Amino acid sequence: MTAALAIVGIGIHPFGRTEGVSGRAQAVHAVRAALADAGVRFGDMQFGFGGSWSAGDPDTLVSELGLTSLPFINVANGCATGGSALIGADAAIRSGTHDLGLVVGFDKHPRGAFNTDPASHGIGAWYGETGLMLTTQFFGLKIQRYLHTHGIGTEVLATIAEKAFRNGALNPNAWRRKEIGADEIAAAPMISHPLTQYMYCSPGEGAVAFVVCRADRAHDYCENPVHLSGAALRSRRYGSFEVFSPWLAVDAAQSPTVDAAAAAFAQAGLTPADVDVAQVQDTESGAELMHMAETGLCEHGAQEELISSGATTITGSLPVNTDGGCIANGEPIGASGLRQVYETALQLRGEAGDHQVPGDPRVGFTHVYGAPGISACTVLTR
Amino acid sequence: MTGGPLPRTVDDSLFTADGTALLGSRCDDCGAHTFPRQGGCPRCTGSSMADVALAREGTLWSFTIQGFRPKTPYQGPDEFEPYGVGYVELPGQLIVEARLTENDPDRLEIGMPMRMEMIPFRTDDAGEPVLTFAFTPVGRS
Ligand SMILES: [Zn+2]
Repeated sequence: MTAALAIVGIGIHPFGRTEGVSGRAQAVHAVRAALADAGVRFGDMQFGFGGSWSAGDPDTLVSELGLTSLPFINVANGCATGGSALIGADAAIRSGTHDLGLVVGFDKHPRGAFNTDPASHGIGAWYGETGLMLTTQFFGLKIQRYLHTHGIGTEVLATIAEKAFRNGALNPNAWRRKEIGADEIAAAPMISHPLTQYMYCSPGEGAVAFVVCRADRAHDYCENPVHLSGAALRSRRYGSFEVFSPWLAVDAAQSPTVDAAAAAFAQAGLTPADVDVAQVQDTESGAELMHMAETGLCEHGAQEELISSGATTITGSLPVNTDGGCIANGEPIGASGLRQVYETALQLRGEAGDHQVPGDPRVGFTHVYGAPGISACTVLTR
Repeated sequence: MTGGPLPRTVDDSLFTADGTALLGSRCDDCGAHTFPRQGGCPRCTGSSMADVALAREGTLWSFTIQGFRPKTPYQGPDEFEPYGVGYVELPGQLIVEARLTENDPDRLEIGMPMRMEMIPFRTDDAGEPVLTFAFTPVGRS
């Protein structure tokens, strides 16, 4: 299918911890940057989609940006919030309802692991009380099983995190900008065996915004538009292995990542082999490893060789998480998925600076995964 | 226990009346199992679920060790000791998540036989133990 939506303006507030600056203020910063990039004013926006988990209602940003009566839709879909907002914008444009609008995601979380109420997931209080309701724990359980099934050693988990910090050091908008060696990562305190502290991302802060428009009018605003060629959101199937599961079915099924990625590639008329640069959910090292294969970027079990040979580095044949991913940027839930799209836009525009992938990349891919078993993927092209 | 009231558990609805096994649901239409009990079938989308006692023995499907004390709503003892968490496959039924009595990863192995037991999890305000379920490697103390 021909892309309907083009990204013609991009804006970001640096990720990490910004004391004294609210999540909403970071969002306004990102929006103003995106508007300036596209050469438009907020008054030109015909619609808005926005998401935030814990930093306020996105539609209240209009009090700062301008009271223009535009329809502004709040999106709340966990880690897939950004992807869902983009999909909403795509539908608004594809349907012919609107020509030009805004997509924004932002967040600001307290320190420490996310605190989740079992009742909000339809699970009894016992699950949290007895210490089973932790995303960190789930990722330990999932990668343990995955490594066993595919005969992969644990050493590669430190190599993945080492790459994340190396890429983060090259990215001025990243939170973690200091390289950390694989030995130090492997020797860090064990959070959830086999995953150590430095293999996990942390809840953080940040904001990303885009001005989007009808693809056939993109050149009115921008010399180098990025097209949303495919975008899909999927929930879990019976038998998939998801976070916060007191039980699993014996008959295994593919994860929502597999479904979402396949749908996004099909919509774009492209395959994973066409991808020049990819951003995949790396809540921790193991997630990057598993998601590389679940998205179709490589075969299950092929990751160990790809990662240890450097193929997933910025100059490798399959660059993954070129901005440092969640591990180096942290995870502000409402902004995280759009950060991946922002990084991809930079790469396709050739503006990624020190973390620019060589070779004039033309096809980018993004993927998020989160509770309670959802995934959103996009395929972006020039 | 000799005829007195059964000890308190973290949630009595998780267990059979005699407190010896986990209580799940089985779909009358397609045979899918769930734990805990629920009214709808996640496989065939029907709503004919019947109570079923889950097997007490299975094999370790995956595991990890919880390395830090969880935040609220965790109610374990203040003094934290890392604990094992695993998924145990109960053949023909489902794969259940549970605490493990073993917290040394070198003594755990995917595929090893496991057995369910009730273990003291915390002490209530009256000083009485509150039990939860856990799986222990078979043939070890
Ligand atoms: Zn059924």
